[in-house]
Amino acid sequence: MSRSDQIACEDVVMFVNAAITSTGQREFRADAAEQRMSLGFLHEYVLGNYRDLYAATLALEINHFNAALVVTNLLRTAHLASPAQRAVEGRLIAARLRFLPPQRVYRVIRELRRLGVNNRRTRAIIRDWVAGRPDLPFDAVKYRRSLSVAARHAHLALPGEVGTFLFDWRRARRYTTPILETWRRAHFDKQALFALPYTVAEGLAAHHGIDRGRLLAHNAASMTRGERLRLQESARRLDVDDIVTADLGRTPLTRLALYVLSLPRPERARRRAELTEALRTATRRAVGRQAGTWGSVVAVLDDSYSAAGSSVKRRRPLAVALAAHYLLEALATDYTGLWLTHRGDPLLVHPVGPTRLGERLLDGLERRPDRLVVVSDGWDNDPPGLAAEVLRVWFARLDPDRRTSVVHLNPVYDSDTFEVRRLAATVPTVGVRDAEDLAALVELARFATGTATFAELRRHLDDRVARFLADAAQSPADAGAVGTAAGTGAAGTVAEAGAAGTEVGAGAAVAQEPAPATPAGEATGAEAGVPSAGASR
Amino acid sequence: MTVIRNGLSLAGLTAGPGQRWGALRLVPLLRDEPITDLRLHARLYDPDDPTLVAVGPRTAYVAYVPHAFVASWTPGGGPVAAYGTQLTDPADARLPGIGLHFRRRMARREEKNRLRFLPLHLAMEGYLALHVGGPSIAWQEWTRRAVTRGLSPRAEEAYTGAEITGLADALRVFEIHPNQCGMLLYAADALAAAFVVPHPDDYRALHPTLLLDLYGELVHHYAHLYPTVGEFSTRIDAGRVASVADLRAELVRTRAAWSAFQLEMAGGLLGMERLTSTLVYRMGRFALARFLPAFDPDRENHIGEAIVDNAGRLAYLKTFRLSAAQARRGHLLSQFAAHDWDLDATATALATDRRSLALRLDRAGFGHLLRPEVIDAARREARERGRRVRRNR
Repeated sequence: MSRSDQIACEDVVMFVNAAITSTGQREFRADAAEQRMSLGFLHEYVLGNYRDLYAATLALEINHFNAALVVTNLLRTAHLASPAQRAVEGRLIAARLRFLPPQRVYRVIRELRRLGVNNRRTRAIIRDWVAGRPDLPFDAVKYRRSLSVAARHAHLALPGEVGTFLFDWRRARRYTTPILETWRRAHFDKQALFALPYTVAEGLAAHHGIDRGRLLAHNAASMTRGERLRLQESARRLDVDDIVTADLGRTPLTRLALYVLSLPRPERARRRAELTEALRTATRRAVGRQAGTWGSVVAVLDDSYSAAGSSVKRRRPLAVALAAHYLLEALATDYTGLWLTHRGDPLLVHPVGPTRLGERLLDGLERRPDRLVVVSDGWDNDPPGLAAEVLRVWFARLDPDRRTSVVHLNPVYDSDTFEVRRLAATVPTVGVRDAEDLAALVELARFATGTATFAELRRHLDDRVARFLADAAQSPADAGAVGTAAGTGAAGTVAEAGAAGTEVGAGAAVAQEPAPATPAGEATGAEAGVPSAGASR
Repeated sequence: MTVIRNGLSLAGLTAGPGQRWGALRLVPLLRDEPITDLRLHARLYDPDDPTLVAVGPRTAYVAYVPHAFVASWTPGGGPVAAYGTQLTDPADARLPGIGLHFRRRMARREEKNRLRFLPLHLAMEGYLALHVGGPSIAWQEWTRRAVTRGLSPRAEEAYTGAEITGLADALRVFEIHPNQCGMLLYAADALAAAFVVPHPDDYRALHPTLLLDLYGELVHHYAHLYPTVGEFSTRIDAGRVASVADLRAELVRTRAAWSAFQLEMAGGLLGMERLTSTLVYRMGRFALARFLPAFDPDRENHIGEAIVDNAGRLAYLKTFRLSAAQARRGHLLSQFAAHDWDLDATATALATDRRSLALRLDRAGFGHLLRPEVIDAARREARERGRRVRRNR
């Protein structure tokens, strides 16, 4: 492999790791500005040097924040791309937008407006995405400002009463679309307010002077699953927790782990059976048919103080480790989870103490598993660099045939070095945001050590792109159906979901074998705005 | 009364691997067996009001004192809970104004088994009070004021932890060890401060108070000017490993080497000889003392305070590193005191002449103690000599 290929390979892996982990928010060590600046540079760099691959990362498990950034950057610099590149990018963008939560997409549109990107292609992309929304009147209520910005920016012809509603809502005496009418009445009728989406009702409730407990109790039916989970503790405090109930079993695994860790330890101990069962259910759903296919696995999980994350990403690294614990338990036939300081029930884990990886790694390696998975932010500080030495000596002297494969998963982006912090040069390190993607990420790990060639990486990405597009071509119809059925019973749903992407995505339906595992999980995330339909992230 | 004999010793404490952040390196001190019959907790004061402490007849110590420590002990040696976990009336938790509460002493007994003292200010006051009385014999070179009033007012400057670049972040991201009872703080790998408490719980509670402490000029400058310190690497000799047990033994050896090395870095503090310690308060089997270094300008000079038990084991320690100028001032004053403030005798002891010594005294900020004609003569002589040297060139 030539030097330039090797560098290209490293760059792309570095970017993918960053795009999976960093959300531009404050981390334990770096603040938000550092994260954003570092990430912004990385985006510019990869976009300038490897445009094809930059676009292809849209098909990977990169997080919503970065996906939005990639879409914006591609549209912003479309004039630099060849027509062939533009065709592929258009399909990828259309597919990715459909999997993104609506608030993210609306933010992309607002950003495009701010940047003054408004060519025919961009307008077509926005138009097709809006046309693909399962319930546009619902969007008009919930994302009122954003939809009006999108409509103005892309010169959209909005169906039915939506246009009047957005731009001249006082003129109509009444609306025939139920949700629009509810919203109009909610300005003077408290009862109507309780039928609105929770976030919209929250704003109007202040206007009516409705206290929070009453609002939570009456609006419970219209909350999304994410809102229900988020408001559990508020509901408990306001004594309406029997009405605002969260279905923990249907919550995505990492989200659930975050919720579990947000509870005080005595409560976790009290609700142990319920929480463990929920975590196992979520795990079973994430693992699917892959359960028990990984052989013997040992996980070394970081519960040092730095796993506490920051005030905006509370206990995120620890939650990823906790979710990975349950996930690996399901994937492996024989599993051992080793926390750095915690002993006993993993449910009660608490971030405390230094990162003493060296000894724990040896404890894990000593069991001679098929795989050793390390989930840590990579700040090995007790003493510094001991983990790298243990791994080096282990593979040099005690396991030269590498019967144990070691993978390091890192949930934290290190903005100073532009990548996730590595444990050792010989061990692949990949970024992780949601533990559910673990299986797919381990697949990516072989590109992180520099052993796989650039051609292989390209092939891998092409393969992922084809799978992603094929999947996107199938799913919108389903997504639309789910949205309509489970929506608020609104009439006048835009029924063009299946026709979405006709202009940019024409001929995109390359028939490939369906890959249900990850993109399906992503697809559910797209319905965050619709009450009780699909998972919200 | 001497409480600390043969220098400071960290017996019972082991050093863990340091964690670095920018120019700062924080080395944890771990205690296998915590001390349970002496506990410390912090009491916060308004950091914006200056505090007046009457330390003796007609002598007051004025400083910005953001916090005090409260030591509770049990006479029988039974464990006590940290006093800080109790609920107090918010009305009296906020103590108003200037030193209403502190009029009495640096260290003051509050109840039968509880002592309140002002950390580091206790040590700092000891340093400021060093020969503050001035000339003991009224030699004609000294002014009348110096003989009657001494060095008063005697002032020194220090920086609060909040002003040390990166210290707040370094303390925030530091991962406290479960059995940690202390910390060595380095700025650009120069020992800045040492802090030891009796119990890990106390440490956890007092860790943020490091930000309220005083730090010397050197620490402030080093933390500001040095971008980052290097990481010490760990190396295991692969040739010595043939089995898992070997590797485990190597890990134990590496850890011990780290510990020894980290303590070696603190050699400037632990190797301090000729400490002058004075007892401040005796509490059961413990004694609170403050100490002054030998003021050797070529070595590190740390002032500080310590609580030791009757076996000499360290329960509490807090040190402040004097800057070179502060050490020189201490050195000069000790030399004068040793020679009864006789200018010629002191000059001989310092291997210099009368004129240079007068100038040195002036540069150290004590020029006002000498009669103006003595100082002027010395300055004139120095000026003329400089002119002669230039002319001969």
